[in-house]
Amino acid sequence: MIDWGSPVGWLLITVGQIAAVLVWILLSLAFMLWGDRKVWAGVMMRKGPNVVGPFGLFQSFADFLKFVLKEIVIPAGADKIVFMLAPLISFTLAFGAWAVMPLAPGWVVSNINVGVLYLFAISSLGVYGIIMGGWASNSKYPFLGSLRSAAQMVSYEVSIGFVIVTVILLSGSLNLQTIVEKQAGGFWNWNVLGGGGWKDLPAALVMIPMFVIFFISALAETNRPPFDLPEAESELVAGYQVEYSSTPYLLFMIGEYANIVLMCALMSVLFFGGWQAPFPTPFTASWNPTAASFFGFMWFFGKIIFFFFLFAMVKAIVPRYRYDQLMRLGWKVFLPTSLVAVIAISAWRVFGPGA
Amino acid sequence: MVLQAIAFYLLAATTVGAALAVISARNPVHSVLFLIAAFFSAAGLFVMMGAEFLAMLLVVVYVGAVAVLFLFVVMMLDVDFAALRAGSVRYLPIGAAVAGLLTVEMVLVATSVATNGAAAHSEGPLAPVGSSTNAEAIGRVLYTDYVYFFQAAGLVLLVAMIGAIVLTLKHREGVKRQDVSAQTARTPKSGMRIVTIKSGEGIDL
Repeated sequence: MIDWGSPVGWLLITVGQIAAVLVWILLSLAFMLWGDRKVWAGVMMRKGPNVVGPFGLFQSFADFLKFVLKEIVIPAGADKIVFMLAPLISFTLAFGAWAVMPLAPGWVVSNINVGVLYLFAISSLGVYGIIMGGWASNSKYPFLGSLRSAAQMVSYEVSIGFVIVTVILLSGSLNLQTIVEKQAGGFWNWNVLGGGGWKDLPAALVMIPMFVIFFISALAETNRPPFDLPEAESELVAGYQVEYSSTPYLLFMIGEYANIVLMCALMSVLFFGGWQAPFPTPFTASWNPTAASFFGFMWFFGKIIFFFFLFAMVKAIVPRYRYDQLMRLGWKVFLPTSLVAVIAISAWRVFGPGA
Repeated sequence: MVLQAIAFYLLAATTVGAALAVISARNPVHSVLFLIAAFFSAAGLFVMMGAEFLAMLLVVVYVGAVAVLFLFVVMMLDVDFAALRAGSVRYLPIGAAVAGLLTVEMVLVATSVATNGAAAHSEGPLAPVGSSTNAEAIGRVLYTDYVYFFQAAGLVLLVAMIGAIVLTLKHREGVKRQDVSAQTARTPKSGMRIVTIKSGEGIDL
């Protein structure tokens, strides 16, 4: 029998946890991709994928096989190492960020004290996959696409950072599990409504707009419509990924979707109580801990799916921004607003009733 | 402990190797990418020392922002590095002198830290270790003992920012700018004019 306290046991447990989270994300991604396409199809009054498996449920797996079985084309003038490294970086970072995500009470791969900062750091690294991919292709279109994409991501990261600061101020902690635990006891304790029940309700005046800013910035950060300017499939080619084919392209795409789901999870953790149910749950105290964790996990998963549905609806119904409008929105509207909100929430924490 | 040792040697070797590659790589873009690798593994070393807050800041600030700008500049500028290297032998003595000075300083600092401890100049530990988190400990020191230095650093950054804006901002005449509030405030009344045109006469716009 393995001694679970020894370094080897610890290593095995951690690897097992990572594998479990990875499998869960990849499987749910497959079905979320399908759901995404079904939602657009519904909005456009089409049927969407409906051939492979019941209701087309296995469409993503068929697509996966198609990508994997195709030939990898590397342009002759490309910087081969960087070219292949770029999708790997995108993919790895998108999944690495999930290490600190609290999935349920006690369910987190690495419960570190600076969880929020870790997430922020990892998501700011995501730019590299795009820049490297565009540069290594050794072609003008991918390069320009990657510059556009990178400038967009760097701009919106700033306002995302400030929005996260407001949440940290309300929770008083950088630990994601603590942030979720602070929002226990019902939806009136969620950070989007001020995070402290009735007495903190005025803070909702700031936090609801902050959530809206976070949602829009998350769309821009993940290059989703209406901010998919790097890609803009109707007028441009596919931005930085023009030269990518087969599995490297698949890695980029899965990374992008993993980032989208990560943003959905982050929204539910920061603003909507993560794995907390929207009502007080004293009855879970007497349950088996695993059952209670699973109960929380279901809420968390439900919230992720809800936000993912919102992302899909936005893609289906909102027209694309122009590039200068995008920059104006990021730097001239969101940045000052979130900066003022940081000051307002700090003042509320110092002088408000919860001080 | 074994795992920690493995992680340390792995990270340290990556840091040193990447740092060497920064100066030996032929392609400047590769140099920047190696620099990023060096930053990243240095952040890993910070985590191993228990300074996770500093590690994350290193990644957010240097890797996430500064190095992106480096990469932008290096990619956009078409610098002929071979021509730049041509005169390097002439500057070798000065470069060697600076490098030697830095080495001596680093050795002196390292030995003094090793013999006296890092915080020898102040009485007792700066922040209660163990009971508080990293961020809290840094905040306690930064906003009390070093608050003036902190403010001064902020002022330096502010001046740099204003300087950059002053240097690049140009108000050109005759450029059509978009005024979003004017656009959205447009009504059919202000935006269009209904004219009855007589046949064969045309209109004056």
